[in-house]
Amino acid sequence: MLTNTNTLIMQAVNLHQRMKSLAKLIVICAFFGTAVQANEGTFEKANNDVSNKASLQRGARNFVNYCSGCHSAKYVRFNRLAVDLDLTDDQVTQNLIFNGGKITDTMVNNMSEADAVAWFGKAPPDLSLIARARSTDYLYAFLKSFYLDPSRPTGMNNMVLAGAAMPNVLWELQGVQKAVYEGEGGADGKSVEKHFKGFELVTKGKLSPEEYDEFVRDTVNFLDYIGEPKQLERRALGFRVIGFLLLLFLLVYALKQEYWKDVK
Amino acid sequence: MSSADTHNKVGTTGLLGWIDARFPLTKMMREHITEYYAPKNFNFWYYFGSLALVVLILQIVSGIFLTMNYKPSAEGAFASVEYIMRDVDWGWLIRYMHSTGASAFFIVVYLHMFRGLIYGSYKTPRELLWIFGMLIYLCLMAEAFMGYLLPWGNMSYWGAQVITSLFGAIPYVGTSLLEWIRGDYYISDITLNRFFALHVIALPLALVFLVVAHILALHEVGSNNPDGVEIKKHKGSDGKPLDGIPFHPYYTVKDLMGFVAFAIVFALIVFFAPTVGGYFLEAANFDPANRLQTPEHIAPVWYFTPYYAILRAIPNKLFGVMGMGAGVLIFFFLPWLDRSPVKSIRYRGGLYKTFVGIFVISFLMLGYLGLNPATTTNTYLSRIFSILYFSFFILMPWYSKADKTKPVPDRVTFHAH
Repeated sequence: MLTNTNTLIMQAVNLHQRMKSLAKLIVICAFFGTAVQANEGTFEKANNDVSNKASLQRGARNFVNYCSGCHSAKYVRFNRLAVDLDLTDDQVTQNLIFNGGKITDTMVNNMSEADAVAWFGKAPPDLSLIARARSTDYLYAFLKSFYLDPSRPTGMNNMVLAGAAMPNVLWELQGVQKAVYEGEGGADGKSVEKHFKGFELVTKGKLSPEEYDEFVRDTVNFLDYIGEPKQLERRALGFRVIGFLLLLFLLVYALKQEYWKDVK
Repeated sequence: MSSADTHNKVGTTGLLGWIDARFPLTKMMREHITEYYAPKNFNFWYYFGSLALVVLILQIVSGIFLTMNYKPSAEGAFASVEYIMRDVDWGWLIRYMHSTGASAFFIVVYLHMFRGLIYGSYKTPRELLWIFGMLIYLCLMAEAFMGYLLPWGNMSYWGAQVITSLFGAIPYVGTSLLEWIRGDYYISDITLNRFFALHVIALPLALVFLVVAHILALHEVGSNNPDGVEIKKHKGSDGKPLDGIPFHPYYTVKDLMGFVAFAIVFALIVFFAPTVGGYFLEAANFDPANRLQTPEHIAPVWYFTPYYAILRAIPNKLFGVMGMGAGVLIFFFLPWLDRSPVKSIRYRGGLYKTFVGIFVISFLMLGYLGLNPATTTNTYLSRIFSILYFSFFILMPWYSKADKTKPVPDRVTFHAH
């Protein structure tokens, strides 16, 4: 968790997560008995916080610097970013719009699909909803899992998405890492089963591993936010709606009790 | 206004009198609300009928607003849903209410049906009431299935592809029938357009018509209750059932309380977990429809999975489809499968209760198995639970008759508040 997050937001987030779990619990337990979470559980937690505006601003910067050259976010409107990220329209125009677009435009890019297919073998997916389709934990793991593999055209492969067409555009920051395996020799010493053990940094990057984690976390945080820009508004409104309904319940409960006194 | 204008049988005057002389407004209000006598011993299970009505209204109203911004075309559907989620004022709320409402509809309907099951509400004279209810359930399934295609996500696309392909299993006419349903050789823009038409006009119209028929049938025969005794047997000197209370105000205020409790749970989901971890809105549906790439694991939304598990449990496709259809349609026959002299589970014996337990467990287990990949173990489990599921119905004529019942009281059991 980021140190500059104030306690109030922390509490709100905790409460939100608890309510989220509670709502899930009610529905899932009642109807399935057992819970299996889609897209969760297998990856390291991204632990991003969409209410952290500073992190979202850094994430937006990372996105336009490193992702938007190839990936669009065609449902995301720049002036919506300005409002949600506490930026002025001028700040957005000067720092986040590189393709001569207007503040009212969405984050499209200028790479044609035909070029993209020619260069990468497939067009890079639009990232507007990637966090909702794949989960933030997946993205966090993906961006940290590129490793040296000379058999690939880009010289890099990805442990999360084997054969990824995407080159590691963040190598300059992260450095270059190789995958380290643990061999489990068969009795005859011939058949060897390899198990992935972890990554080892071969060339140092501009950022330390901790700084790189934060960089990825901010980027994933931004992707989480653009997946559903209204999520902060949704939760904030939720507390008020639930509060109102709880009061209303007391009222209608009293009303019902009053009427039902007559029923003998 | 002459006095002849306001002459009417219910004795109202003024504007209401003028209306009542021309339209049975007061008469209908009395018949269906203020003088509809419902048993006073309704318990928790009896909230779900009125809740189903509330959810129907919610779906219709939120659906109208969604339709104002949605584009029913393969080109524009996915983008228009995102437009609703991002740019339309309160669009996200309307969309989440509609998507949560779809699952909520099935939750309340399943609980409502289960209520009917355990209290024998389908038994004489309520067979037709039960059949109207089952038709509503069938309509609801079609409505949900067609609505699920509309966001044009990849799960929408492949879900529709898989489910429509089941019609292809029918001998001789299968292939032609499949093309006729899709309007194309695969799920396409044409399919999306016709599903949209059926989802926003045809099926809601049928649903509303059937709901009216369901309520009219109910008010004709009167409500059953947890004791399964007929309150009309004991009437006071005023001709009103001794154990009945007017629906309004007693059940309007009680159902209002139930509605607010429901709204709290509903709001928890809409505002804090609208996807419910992938159960109400599946992660794969945030990828746009792609004819060349299937989602990793295709599963219908949770409310269809018990039947989907039955389909997958049977190795032959045609028999699988028949099994799935039978799993749904067999509910229609309950009034004639049940040979018990008593209605309510309260006065039935252990044999019946055991079978109800088996039914509940197998329905839930099939639902769970239908959500998960068909591994070898899961397939065997699906087969066992499919057999148990059907045994509840097929053996009913035997065990409901052989069961040792308890004496049914003359009047309803009720403890004043």
